[in-house]
Amino acid sequence: MSMLSSFLFISAGLFCIGLFIVLSKRNAIQVLIGIELMINAAILNLVAFGKYDKLMNSGQIFALFAIVLAAAAVAVALAIVLNVYRQYKTIDPNKVERLKD
Amino acid sequence: MSINQVLFYVMGFTALASALVVAASKNLVRSVFMFFVTLFALAGLYVFALADFVAVTQVVIYVGGVLVLMLFAFMLSGKDTLNNLQQRGSKFITLHNFSAFLAAVLFLIVLVNAILKAEPEKLNWIQLSVQEGQTQTDNLGNIGVNLMTRYLLPLEIISIVLMMALIGAVHLSRKEEHKA
Repeated sequence: MSMLSSFLFISAGLFCIGLFIVLSKRNAIQVLIGIELMINAAILNLVAFGKYDKLMNSGQIFALFAIVLAAAAVAVALAIVLNVYRQYKTIDPNKVERLKD
Repeated sequence: MSINQVLFYVMGFTALASALVVAASKNLVRSVFMFFVTLFALAGLYVFALADFVAVTQVVIYVGGVLVLMLFAFMLSGKDTLNNLQQRGSKFITLHNFSAFLAAVLFLIVLVNAILKAEPEKLNWIQLSVQEGQTQTDNLGNIGVNLMTRYLLPLEIISIVLMMALIGAVHLSRKEEHKA
């Protein structure tokens, strides 16, 4: 098995673990961790293919963009989680049903 | 098997195993710290894909920024919530998350099949690149030049998005003085 397919298999595994976490956890922060795992699996794919693009480095550059966007998403999502906690006194996504009281 | 390959598989195994621990762990703070291990192992894997700069960025942004933010949100979101969540569910696969487990496993089968069928080594441009061999050594300089020429527009757009997101986060998390 070559290096490239190993990268792809590892990222497939990470993506599925992230999917499991997103679907099964009852805590908004853990759901966020699952989303981050899925994003990281995607970044691993970008980087693994970017190894063979030596002229333009498009894989690595878009991996950088994806990392920055994920960081911005985490900042906003955690601000929302804190607000939700202040409003509902819980961060279980199943229990947050009303948009406004 | 060379030392390179051994290290590669150790890193890959660490990433997958620590991600599994994140999924299985009952203790929420411990799962955040295992996520830390996953991110470090992934940074090591990026080095094997000749992406040193991405690896360093991963360590700086994820480990330095995102994880600290997550722990911060954890500490702010109340002690009783954490205790309540920890007591529920003693097994890894319960009735509640069996469907999630099933979906994840089936999706894994689909992905593995797709990778096996696609045979990424036999793609045209990858074989060309392998034949050419390692010509470029100045990887980092190349990234910088490309960021400032070919990918200038995405870079600027992303900087604006980042600024908007950070201002939005500050606005969302500030204390409200006038509560309705």
